Amino acid sequence: MGAFYKMPMNEHSSSVVSARKLGLTFETSDGPVHALSNVDLEVRKGDFVSFIGPSGCGKTTFLRVIADLEKNTTGEISVNGMTPEEARKSRSYGYVFQAPALYPWRTIDKNIALPLEIMGYSAAERAQRIERTLDLVNLSGFGKKYPWQLSGGMQQRASIARALAFDADLLLMDEPFGALDEIVRDHLNEQLLKLWSRTEKTICFVTHSIPEAVYLSTRIVVMSPRPGRVTDIIESTLPKERPLDIRETPEFLEIAHRVREGLRAGHSYEE
Amino acid sequence: MNAIFRSWQGALAFLLCLAALISLPLLTADAPSPFSIGTLALIFALTIGTALISFTSPPAPLLAAILFVGPHLATWFLISGLAGYEGKATMAFFLLIAACWLLAWRCVAVLSDMHPKLKGGDTFLRLLIPAIFGAWILILWEAITRGAGIPFILLPPPSAIGARIAGSVATLWADVQQTIFKAVLFGYIVGCASGFIVAILADRIAFLRRGLLPIGNMVSALPIIGVAPIMVMWFGFDWQSKAAVVIIMTFFPMLVNTVAGLGAAGAMEQDLMRSYASDYWQTLIKLRLPAAMPFIFNALKINSTLALIGAIVAEFFGTPIVGMGFRISTEIGRMNVDMVWAEIAVAAVVGSFFYGVVALAERATTFWHPSNRGG
Repeated sequence: MGAFYKMPMNEHSSSVVSARKLGLTFETSDGPVHALSNVDLEVRKGDFVSFIGPSGCGKTTFLRVIADLEKNTTGEISVNGMTPEEARKSRSYGYVFQAPALYPWRTIDKNIALPLEIMGYSAAERAQRIERTLDLVNLSGFGKKYPWQLSGGMQQRASIARALAFDADLLLMDEPFGALDEIVRDHLNEQLLKLWSRTEKTICFVTHSIPEAVYLSTRIVVMSPRPGRVTDIIESTLPKERPLDIRETPEFLEIAHRVREGLRAGHSYEE
Repeated sequence: MNAIFRSWQGALAFLLCLAALISLPLLTADAPSPFSIGTLALIFALTIGTALISFTSPPAPLLAAILFVGPHLATWFLISGLAGYEGKATMAFFLLIAACWLLAWRCVAVLSDMHPKLKGGDTFLRLLIPAIFGAWILILWEAITRGAGIPFILLPPPSAIGARIAGSVATLWADVQQTIFKAVLFGYIVGCASGFIVAILADRIAFLRRGLLPIGNMVSALPIIGVAPIMVMWFGFDWQSKAAVVIIMTFFPMLVNTVAGLGAAGAMEQDLMRSYASDYWQTLIKLRLPAAMPFIFNALKINSTLALIGAIVAEFFGTPIVGMGFRISTEIGRMNVDMVWAEIAVAAVVGSFFYGVVALAERATTFWHPSNRGG
């Protein structure tokens, strides 16, 4: 990459992620695998965008391209108006993985301090940010524990705190609650929404749960596999304030229905 | 009946005592009996009495105390009675030793079932049980070598080895200083450190990784017996040549383990560092080295024993007139096997201590590893 792509910046001055005809092909011994093809997408500042689709549809790959953990082979993408590599080097996003990926030799405090140490924050600044982010994810008082002394849900919250500790406006979350049980997941979804409205971050969220995607998002990107592509983009009509029981309303069910239709369409194309 | 099954060692010991009673005396006829009737009666009273008590069930600590005192006191009378009559013990003597051993076994069994509430008591038991176990290896060794009169050259009794250690502290200390403090420590530190540094270099430079590691595996298969005399030619007779052998022996385990350890960090953890735009050294220090610690300590532990073996064997091939390997090779030639055993005992103690220190450091450093958690 390296080149700076010309984007219609004036039109989308608040655009955080902008992809044009994005494609990524992995060369494997069984021939090329088209992980992504022809993806056009605009993520605006303050959006909560969910990517949903069956496995192999490229939703995680797309997130990894934004994060510069993979390179696109065709098309253009800009993150905060920069190439993904420049965006990564200027530390403009926080990434939450499928597993907490906390370092077991560090306490929760020290795990949250990790990005701050690397980015050169002062000790006083680190302490203050650790306290603030632990409070944001409701883990105050657990800072001195080691990750393996906490439950899976608490560990994932700590990893979210770690991604929030430094000043990145963009939060990339790759199925962060996929390994957790339904009850913990509901609770964390609710907390995540509160956190989003409090911090005004832009969030890209990968999931394979329809209710989770509908409950959380302002926009839902439905993807389908072979080749990985976007089949539908649904603007949510739900209000910003969302109690958990909004999931029983007809409006919610209607959006969920549309997502399900989109997923089914992607599948029938295959057969 | 249940009581007898519970203490089958006691039952067997009782039968052995009866058999010993029938096959008296304790020493062959040509030895003027050193066991007075009183001592003999006391030995039998202690063994049979303890065997009978083992069928009853008093409080566990009391039972353990009786089982501890009875057979050990009897054993002490038996072995001290041997003095001057080595090789003259009869069947009755060994039957009584066997009975005492069974009762001590019962004692260890009772102790193993005890779960003291006090933390100190638990630690005490953890030390006492293996101590009794180890003591009986020495007791049986002593009783058999002296009772059956096994030639000193083949296997000296532990008491003679102990006396030799006590009598040659100055020599042994000089040997330890020469072999351990000079050759082993220097070689170990330099060998491990250079293995570690080369592993980091190999991690950074692809051609080293591709070229050096396969050759490293070949060098690690070099026979020490072949290398040691060459090192003596290169570095002279003093400890430097032994340290060189130790360096060669410890370098490659450290190199191979560190390289493997540097690859142990998970893909997700590495992606995390990449997402922070962390540079090579930050990733190395904050992620890859901590993740490699279990591998590095594995190498340190392997090397702690390798270094000792290397230094002692290397001294067989030319050395100034001091050093553990030198002492072993010369004293065996002079038939002073007790001195050889004394050196072996000292090497075993030093080696265990060395290993223990490394193992303690490991527990402190890799407390987070699943195998150490909560320990």
